[in-house]
Amino acid sequence: MRYLPQTKNSRAEMLKAIGVKDVDALYVDVPKEAFIKGLADLPNHMGELEVERTLSSYANQNHAAPDGPFFLGAGVYYHHIPSTVDYIIQRSEFLTAYTPYQPEIAQGTLTAVFEFQTFIAQLTGQDIANASMYDGATSTAEAALMALRIHKKRSKVCVGNALHPDYRAVLDTYMGNHEHVSVFEGEPDEDTACVIVQSPDFFGKPHAYDKWRKLCDETGALLIVVINEIVSLGLLPAPDVADIVCGEAQSVGVPMGFGGPHLGFFACREQFVRQMPGRLVGETVDADGRRGYVLTLNTREQHIRREKATSNICTNQGLMALAFTVHMGLLGEGGFHRLARLNHEAACKLADAVAAVDGVSVENETFFNEFTVTLPKDAKTVVDTLADKGIIAGYALDGNKMLMAATEMTTDEHIAALVTALKEVL
Amino acid sequence: MTAEHKIEDVTMLHKQNDLADGNRGLHYEENLLWEKERSDEPGVDLPKPAGTKLRTGLSERGDIGLPQVSEPQVVRHFVRLSTLNYSIDSGFFPLGSCTMKHNPRLNEKVARYAGFAHAHPLQPAKTVQGSLRVMYELQNWLGELTGLPGVCLSPAAGAHGELAGMMTIARAHEAKGNTHKRVVLVPDSAHGTNPATAAICGFTIKVIPTKETGRLTVEAFKEALGDGHDVAGMMVTNPNTCGLFETDILEISKLLHDAGGYFYCDGANFNALVGKIRPGDFGVDVMHINLHKTFSTPHGGGGPGSGPICVTEELAPFMPVPVVGKDGDDYKLLYEDDMPETLGRLRGFVGQFGMHVRALSYMMSHGADGLKQVSEDAVLNANYLLSQLKDVFHVPYDGPCMHECLLTDKKQKEKGVETIDIAKALTEYGYHPMTVYFPLVLPGTMLIEPTETESLDALDRFVTTMKTIASDVEKGDTEKYHNFPISTPRRRLDEVRAARQPVLRWKEA
Repeated sequence: MRYLPQTKNSRAEMLKAIGVKDVDALYVDVPKEAFIKGLADLPNHMGELEVERTLSSYANQNHAAPDGPFFLGAGVYYHHIPSTVDYIIQRSEFLTAYTPYQPEIAQGTLTAVFEFQTFIAQLTGQDIANASMYDGATSTAEAALMALRIHKKRSKVCVGNALHPDYRAVLDTYMGNHEHVSVFEGEPDEDTACVIVQSPDFFGKPHAYDKWRKLCDETGALLIVVINEIVSLGLLPAPDVADIVCGEAQSVGVPMGFGGPHLGFFACREQFVRQMPGRLVGETVDADGRRGYVLTLNTREQHIRREKATSNICTNQGLMALAFTVHMGLLGEGGFHRLARLNHEAACKLADAVAAVDGVSVENETFFNEFTVTLPKDAKTVVDTLADKGIIAGYALDGNKMLMAATEMTTDEHIAALVTALKEVL
Repeated sequence: MTAEHKIEDVTMLHKQNDLADGNRGLHYEENLLWEKERSDEPGVDLPKPAGTKLRTGLSERGDIGLPQVSEPQVVRHFVRLSTLNYSIDSGFFPLGSCTMKHNPRLNEKVARYAGFAHAHPLQPAKTVQGSLRVMYELQNWLGELTGLPGVCLSPAAGAHGELAGMMTIARAHEAKGNTHKRVVLVPDSAHGTNPATAAICGFTIKVIPTKETGRLTVEAFKEALGDGHDVAGMMVTNPNTCGLFETDILEISKLLHDAGGYFYCDGANFNALVGKIRPGDFGVDVMHINLHKTFSTPHGGGGPGSGPICVTEELAPFMPVPVVGKDGDDYKLLYEDDMPETLGRLRGFVGQFGMHVRALSYMMSHGADGLKQVSEDAVLNANYLLSQLKDVFHVPYDGPCMHECLLTDKKQKEKGVETIDIAKALTEYGYHPMTVYFPLVLPGTMLIEPTETESLDALDRFVTTMKTIASDVEKGDTEKYHNFPISTPRRRLDEVRAARQPVLRWKEA
């Protein structure tokens, strides 16, 4: 087997050195009942070519975004990834390194994470950011938990506007572990630990934060802003009045990948640093006085604090954070704003084109790169029928409503093909 | 540069080499993106926007303060940074409990097939049958290998799998009306994530001492269990973090089950068992699997991981959603409507799908026959290291060990050299150190996991290095061990300063 370097001879030599007659003698502590008789009831090994053939045949059963016009978003977005990104993240030294617990031989990862934290802090207008979270949904739930730690005596979590339904579901699951905590929709009161506001919201509408900031100042609740299309931060105002900004950064450098791995992020005000979940990288100096980076403030974390930790998170999304950092490095100030504008302009074109189809109306007056439309028919049927024509039209909401997204990947030809198909179907 | 260099010489070199860039040979000094000269154009060519009137309803964001550099500068920046990292592709990485095995490139290739990489999780099921098939088959492989037929792939990492598993247990008790069962038993040798997870689920933790024997004893377990009335379950890593199989696990799991508790097994050490021993057959009710350990998906400098859970038929209805089911020939995602007793969702969408593809590719490559050999070689390699090192380092518990072996610094500490110094010496001698100061049951622990992907020659070289360290210390040649490493890109870093005056981002001076 190609992944196993030991030989018959080396195995025999090692058994002799250990002083046992066969390898089973090393499993002497395991009860007999637990051994598999012979081999597990699974196929035997396959060569590289055979694995490729099998898995490529599976991949070919999918209709992927490059296969045709694609307008689905709803929290996961189809963006271009420069080839440099994948080249860098496939370098062995990044790909096959462990969590940087030995900083002397992990400055590559540590420096890149420090840059990631800086990018996220800048984009969100916050003081600091951590080294990443699993995804937008779990980072939102962790933000609510953090607010409850800060406001120990409060027991309510307020969802201020249309939060992504998966995020809401995960929030409910996490909060369900705390008997006294309830999640509600509306506006905060004196018993509310935090208000969660998503912008653009699930239906695509961008939000200003003044009203929410004022409500939070009046009640003492923390303002948590959720961003699930991070490219929007190149065009929309920074959520700098928030206390915590969290969400999903998949749009920069990470493919949709059927839902993961994606890239949760988490930023907040400096005063809350000791309540933050997840890993943090900080700057310091080495024994010769040279600048270097280390994992820091570990005393918040599970391997030190155990049951008193701020979170149980350990492994995060390191390699995705690197992909984001490389892509942001390439985009830079000019490229990031330009990308955001191109997304918005593509969505403007798409909105105008579908609004011109008989019976279709665009619900949003304002949007970034995604909006809600009303169709004259059941949206799920329309999405299904268009899929048969090779067009992924959007995300079917309840009844006749559908979410549609455009990005820099959207071409005039895609929009024209969609319009033609819509006219046939409706 | 060898260890024979005088430390003062090396320090002098470090101080002198600020002549130009600070580089020396293949050692690069690299500044941050923000500190580089600003280029006119970004490193991505995008078409010029048309400048249409905004329909965002909000003002347009101004300058953010991002850097701007060209593509070649970005490439050089990250390539130089990469050279400052140690990785499994470049050397032996015996990090205990982390299973740093070879990460096959085939897995990277198949995960990047366009059909997988560019599919969206909310597409109609009929357009993503290939992805669903990957997940369905992976569920079957994991179910068969663990002997636990209910499988949910959605947890994002090991700790997230623990959360999924413990919440499954909580949900099962809730369904039975067992509101009094709020205590979880955790041995003192457990990973920190175990008590942290149980606490998040609202359980109270009761610690079982294992220090004397390195194993759970029936006696200590009975003592912790008491009458078992309030015990919801136990979280046990098996093999445990001392590298030992829990000899009395059948009896202990029976006692627990008789008291109405569930057995959660932390799957971090599944590499010792895969293809040979089924946890479901030694009493486990729920187990998470680290695809990034046992099934070779890359650690990526700290993730992404993937932590599917495997559960008994009894507990399957309570698992998180979604899971993949089959309807005739069609694969479909099962949600709350199909699994009304589910605990709900723990992550957006379906999970770390890219890791699912990689893990399946690895399993197919090894097959049932190869996976059994994985377990046997992993256990053989660890026992070989133990046999070669037991005379020069203190071995706290009697063997044989499983896929990792535990040593301590007891002998070296008498001469003033501690585990931290041994770890730093290994970095000087070209190795990644073993896991240090874990488990916490004894002082100065060193947990060594070679994995099955090391050759006898690689093991022998490591043994020679460890013996050199032990013999230097024995001879009293210890001064250098307090100053190592000296040849690494950075020497020991001031962690106290980092924590006291946190600098967590770049800012313009």
